[in-house]
Amino acid sequence: MLEIKNLHAEVDGHEILKGVDLMVRAGEVHSIMGPNGSGKSTLAQVLAGRETFTVTEGEVVYDGKNLLEIAPDERACEGVFMAFQYPVEIPGVGTSYFLRTALNAIRKYRGQEEVDAVDFLNLARERAKLVDLDERLLNRSVNEGFSGGEKKRNEIFQMAVLEPRLAVLDETDSGLDIDALKIVADGVNKMRSPDRAIIVVTHYQRLLNYIVPDFVHVLVDGRIVKSGGKELALELEETGYALMGENTAGTNRRPVAVGAP
Amino acid sequence: MVGLIEKQNSYVSGFDGFRAARAGEPSWLRTLREEGMDRFSHLGFPTLDDEDWRFTNVEPIAQASFRLGARPVRSLDRQRLERCTLPGVGGAEIVFVDGWFAPALSSLGTLPRGVKIVDLTDCVRSGEGILRAHLGRYAAISKDAFIALNAAYMAVGALVYIPRAVVLEGAIHMLFISTTDSAGTMTHPRNVIVAEENSQAAVVESYVATGDEEYFTNAVTEVVAGENSVLDHYMIVRDSLRSFNVSTLRVEQQRNSNFTSHSALLGGGLVRNNVHPVLNGEGCQSLLNGLYLLSGRQHMDNFMLVEHAQPHCDSRQFYKGIIDDEGRAVFSGRIIVHKNAQKTDAKQTNMNLLLSDKAQIDTKPQLEIYADDVKCTHGATIGQIDADALFYLRSRGLSQEAARSLLIYAFAGESLERMKLEPVRKELEKLLVSRLPTAASLGRHS
Repeated sequence: MLEIKNLHAEVDGHEILKGVDLMVRAGEVHSIMGPNGSGKSTLAQVLAGRETFTVTEGEVVYDGKNLLEIAPDERACEGVFMAFQYPVEIPGVGTSYFLRTALNAIRKYRGQEEVDAVDFLNLARERAKLVDLDERLLNRSVNEGFSGGEKKRNEIFQMAVLEPRLAVLDETDSGLDIDALKIVADGVNKMRSPDRAIIVVTHYQRLLNYIVPDFVHVLVDGRIVKSGGKELALELEETGYALMGENTAGTNRRPVAVGAP
Repeated sequence: MVGLIEKQNSYVSGFDGFRAARAGEPSWLRTLREEGMDRFSHLGFPTLDDEDWRFTNVEPIAQASFRLGARPVRSLDRQRLERCTLPGVGGAEIVFVDGWFAPALSSLGTLPRGVKIVDLTDCVRSGEGILRAHLGRYAAISKDAFIALNAAYMAVGALVYIPRAVVLEGAIHMLFISTTDSAGTMTHPRNVIVAEENSQAAVVESYVATGDEEYFTNAVTEVVAGENSVLDHYMIVRDSLRSFNVSTLRVEQQRNSNFTSHSALLGGGLVRNNVHPVLNGEGCQSLLNGLYLLSGRQHMDNFMLVEHAQPHCDSRQFYKGIIDDEGRAVFSGRIIVHKNAQKTDAKQTNMNLLLSDKAQIDTKPQLEIYADDVKCTHGATIGQIDADALFYLRSRGLSQEAARSLLIYAFAGESLERMKLEPVRKELEKLLVSRLPTAASLGRHS
């Protein structure tokens, strides 16, 4: 579904991604881990289409299309979703209204019938349960006054409503206590499906105890330096990232997609 | 201040004919007019050297030499009228066309006992005591050329009187329409609104154009909010883009009165809206809620002067502006807290959203505090559409235009939400949406 080839990206003249290669297939859950500043969040945002980042080299192929040439809203319509690391508050824009508008924009793009307010509310209520999100938050402005945990759950809730084909979760676990973490992980797990690919970007291994990945990649200094199965995450937990950084020179650049034919 | 004395001659010389045509008026009114013209002759129109007019150039008004319009010959057709009225406003509607009362278009149906909504000229003719008691008592001519000019030429407007303890259902709509016959003319509407003790009412003042003529409206509305009264006032300006609209709302608040004025400046080429409440009794509450939308080359100047004359009063100013193209907006928020006005609680916020490179806003708070136990805060923001919020919405599938429109609407939303009168709020929501790039895709409401 997604193939990233030699992706280089910069912001404000600083190169952050220095040749990222990654292949993700439908049904798979990939985790991208790495130390602070390695480019994890940059990678997620480049996939979402954030214009503050400039791609200087490489390509991203999604469903056979050149993703980098598609505008952010079109990427959403094509089924790409990013759960933000720092979801912004948008006073004056109702959560329910915004999400319904988004869902209908995507449905219209796909030639599907739009959902009316009543049907949407029922859908929203049902999906809100997946992440234990208080229904009342639907009446509030987007993320306004939401606690950290509520903001993160709101991201997964939106994912549940929009049903993307490629979901990129940017440090969805950061700042959450263990209970909130479990709820978020639970919600994500419920979204797993053979038609959907999920990329979990995380700094901490802990989340991966709950969202068990099929593949783990380690991003250090803008490159994926090691790939493996879920055991790799546990290994990192023990040894930390330092070893990865030291071993960069000797590690193969192309990630090994474990178990791939 | 020396004004444009040479240039305002036509306004001075035109008074002779006007005065002669009104020889039958009572002497108290003639005196008000004479004093007004005398003062205006002395002051002249303000120039850019006048601190209160620093950013607003009224020389075009002086140059244009507007004249008084003749009584309309034909009646305004229903279709055009419908575009100007506020559906569902209930209550009563008093309509003025091109500076003349239009009884046929007004609906002053069944009003509760004692409530009066009377055209100014009829009031004068019938010797209405209430008018004489209040007209000209609050809006001072001494330093204000526009108020002085209005005092000289006032000939159209309404007296709205709510007796003691009457709670009025349905709002009163004072509708001033400028048609295609208004080209080159000026009107000086003067309204007097008196809400007696314990009364409650909502009054809407609209200025609407059916064409795009060049005309000059100089309105003064004097309001007396009686003790413990609750009065909501709405000012809606939808004038032609080539017109000049100067208005003054002078409010006298008595003890424990609760006064709110909402203003929505949407139309007009050059608009200056002065709002001057004087909190002249203990325990008053005053809320000034304003929204201004500029595009093209519109110029809108909001001038507030909130006077805390007595202790224990609260005042709030929430003004929001959305400026596009080459619009130029001004906000001056002056608060005077007099020496004995202890325990004053005053707050002023002005927020501006600039949508283009050439959009401009000049915002200036001015706090003059003479008491020593008060709470006074002011804040102003000037910003553009939040890039993070825009991206967030786009990442969920909303197009650039749809996301932008939603954020612009959200910005104005706060101001609209404060407007409790549903017909006004709904009409403004509609007007706002129609001015956004993707009006169609915003399927309101959820």
